Amino acid sequence: MKTIMTGNEAVARGAYEGGTVFASAYPGTPSTEILENIVAYKEDIYCEWAPNEKVALEAAIGASVAGVRSMAAMKHVGVNVAADPLFTFAYTGVTGGCVLVSADDPGMHSSQNEQDNRNYAAAARVLMLEPSDSQEAKDFMKLGLELSEQFDTPVLLRMTTRVCHSKGLVELGDRVNMPVIPYEKKIKKFVATPANGKVMRKNMVQRLKDMEDYANTTPINQPEYNGTEIGVITSGVSYQYAREVFGEEASYLKLGMTFPVPMDLLREFAGKVKTVYVIEEMDPYLENHLKMAGIACIGKEVIPEYDELNPDIVRQAVFGKEAQGIQAGKEAVVRPPTLCAGCPHRGFFYALSKKKKVMITGDIGCYTLGSAPPLSAIDTCFCMGGSISSGHGAAQALKKAGNEDLRVVSVIGDSTFFHSGINSLMDAVYNKGCNTTVILDNRITGMTGHQENPGTGYTLMGESAVEVDIPKLCQAIGVKDENLYIVNPNKLNEVSKVLDEAMAKDEPTVVITRWPCILKKFSPQDKEEFDLSPKKCAIDQEKCRKCRMCVGVGCPAIHSGERVEIDPATCTGCTVCKQVCPFQAIEEV
Amino acid sequence: MSDVKNILLVGVGGQGTILASKILSEGLVEAGYDVKMSEIHGMSQRGGNVSTQIRYGKKVYSPIVGKGEADVIVAFEKMEALRWIEYLRDGGKMVINDFEIPSVPILMGQAEYPTEILEELSAKASVLAVKAAEIAQSLGNSKAMNIVLLGALVRAMNVEGVDWKKAVASSVKESFIELNLKAFDAGYNL
Repeated sequence: MKTIMTGNEAVARGAYEGGTVFASAYPGTPSTEILENIVAYKEDIYCEWAPNEKVALEAAIGASVAGVRSMAAMKHVGVNVAADPLFTFAYTGVTGGCVLVSADDPGMHSSQNEQDNRNYAAAARVLMLEPSDSQEAKDFMKLGLELSEQFDTPVLLRMTTRVCHSKGLVELGDRVNMPVIPYEKKIKKFVATPANGKVMRKNMVQRLKDMEDYANTTPINQPEYNGTEIGVITSGVSYQYAREVFGEEASYLKLGMTFPVPMDLLREFAGKVKTVYVIEEMDPYLENHLKMAGIACIGKEVIPEYDELNPDIVRQAVFGKEAQGIQAGKEAVVRPPTLCAGCPHRGFFYALSKKKKVMITGDIGCYTLGSAPPLSAIDTCFCMGGSISSGHGAAQALKKAGNEDLRVVSVIGDSTFFHSGINSLMDAVYNKGCNTTVILDNRITGMTGHQENPGTGYTLMGESAVEVDIPKLCQAIGVKDENLYIVNPNKLNEVSKVLDEAMAKDEPTVVITRWPCILKKFSPQDKEEFDLSPKKCAIDQEKCRKCRMCVGVGCPAIHSGERVEIDPATCTGCTVCKQVCPFQAIEEV
Repeated sequence: MSDVKNILLVGVGGQGTILASKILSEGLVEAGYDVKMSEIHGMSQRGGNVSTQIRYGKKVYSPIVGKGEADVIVAFEKMEALRWIEYLRDGGKMVINDFEIPSVPILMGQAEYPTEILEELSAKASVLAVKAAEIAQSLGNSKAMNIVLLGALVRAMNVEGVDWKKAVASSVKESFIELNLKAFDAGYNL
């Protein structure tokens, strides 16, 4: 039976068909939907959201060692977090097959950087597969589990945004139920002390040779000969773009397995065509292997080293043909991403943006949009969990430099706090820091589309769970009672007062803003705790003096033209605009 | 390659473009085409650009449509039609929802919402302007605006052998089937 699936759905299906028993992930675009779809198979696959990617991979490693097939999924930057166990896991190998899915984001559709995780496979020396569409995403996931056991290695399944989020036809198959491999204690294999590690490292050399032999012969690395003028070497979604541009005019070597690189196959293919093009997104990964082997090819001289590719870019790069389209005589205004109408972060950021002499260290999540005008209330953003520790470093540096007038506020979301912010807060508290940490608790993982986290009281599989009590957790790591504040972020005066108090202290202070994401499906607990009854605000045009103070909160429901109006279809009645109106012209209706 | 048709649905997060594309692609799959669909969206849950691209034919490679290649573009928001017209091929059709969602710079008063977009685009391409919000509202719920547009798009696509009613019915909640079928018809029969 054929059905249409995204690459992420297909990976989930491949995990199911391939007999996976354990799956874990931390949500991150473009990988999030993999676990969201695996949960449909929860009868057969135990699955969970981990607090971060390192934990997700370590749990999958444990499941593999215990004898079942397992997987972990994450976005490209998540692999940075999980790199520590990954590199050693490559030494030990597996018991049950284990696949790590890395979903890279060329073009940075929703990421803080663009990194090519094919380099991770080479650096950690793990077998890598690169699907180019949904069918292959499913097939390669299954194949990855098998190859993991065959070569005793973790397998990196490298996806990209376009493969994750595009749909294509997929032929469904049945699940292979693998028997659990009986557990055996294997100290020399699974205890990575230096003495054992040295042996494993030597064994790895042989394993790499075996894997390369396989890469040279596997049917997923097949040449397609059409002619001898042009040969295209490519992998992943780049194959689809190349196929679109060169059509039947060129021969192709489409690589489904790209680490180890099948050098014999590359040599053979290159020897049969006059000109070799390497069409690949981001880094010159395959190209470098070719050039190191002395094989002439055209790659990054013409194909951009950054951004997502598409047929237009490839056509322009290779043939110099610029794509022509209909040109309009006027331009569309940019539509930058924005905090939703009714977002609980808006009130908080508005109040924070009014504070003078403050450096605001930010983090990864919806609230990073607090950096955009008109709120402009974030100064830095590096990585998950980094806001508190970089804020701590900044505050200590300012103290040392005698510049304590500049206060440091670190902002972080609830899920991100659990991800790695907790470690950073421990650092700031234990080392006598003086930055103010604000935990923006919107009761869900917002940006990736509402995944449960340890603070929400539910698991991925829908069971109720013991919620982490954020205030108590802060107390447990040493935040003093009098330095801990909980505030409704929609109440501007209260937020402002609490910020003044917290920022004045020379000790680590924590402010927790607590209000649910306006787009989430409210839990019974949310409905009990918060007043979430539907409300709207409207502007009394007779009282409005068009001062546009309300426009300054940056709410997408407030339209500023000749008149200032609130769109009733999008307004949620959070009243932030009402509180900033100096003429009491905004009322709840 | 030449038999592949390209359809773009462009709009703003929260308008239901993704549901409309889902129905579209499932209808095409049922009819036996090879179909690829790509969702392109940025960081925001609501209010940011969203586009979905659908390609169908005997064999589809790239999931992305190039400039000047779209056979039909349906713009769920008027300014998005302006942004995307360079993807339309010569002789292609545009279905434009006569509906404005100003972006943040416009809300802030830093930029003006472009005027006379329909006139501008009609001079360059075959444009069907649809007051989808009003039509959907008259049927009982303005949110069904996406399905009104889907109906108009399907008419413009001129593709045969697809059971669109079945595709609509199987993609929406049972309690909304009747409304959405009416919305589809209203768009189709414009």
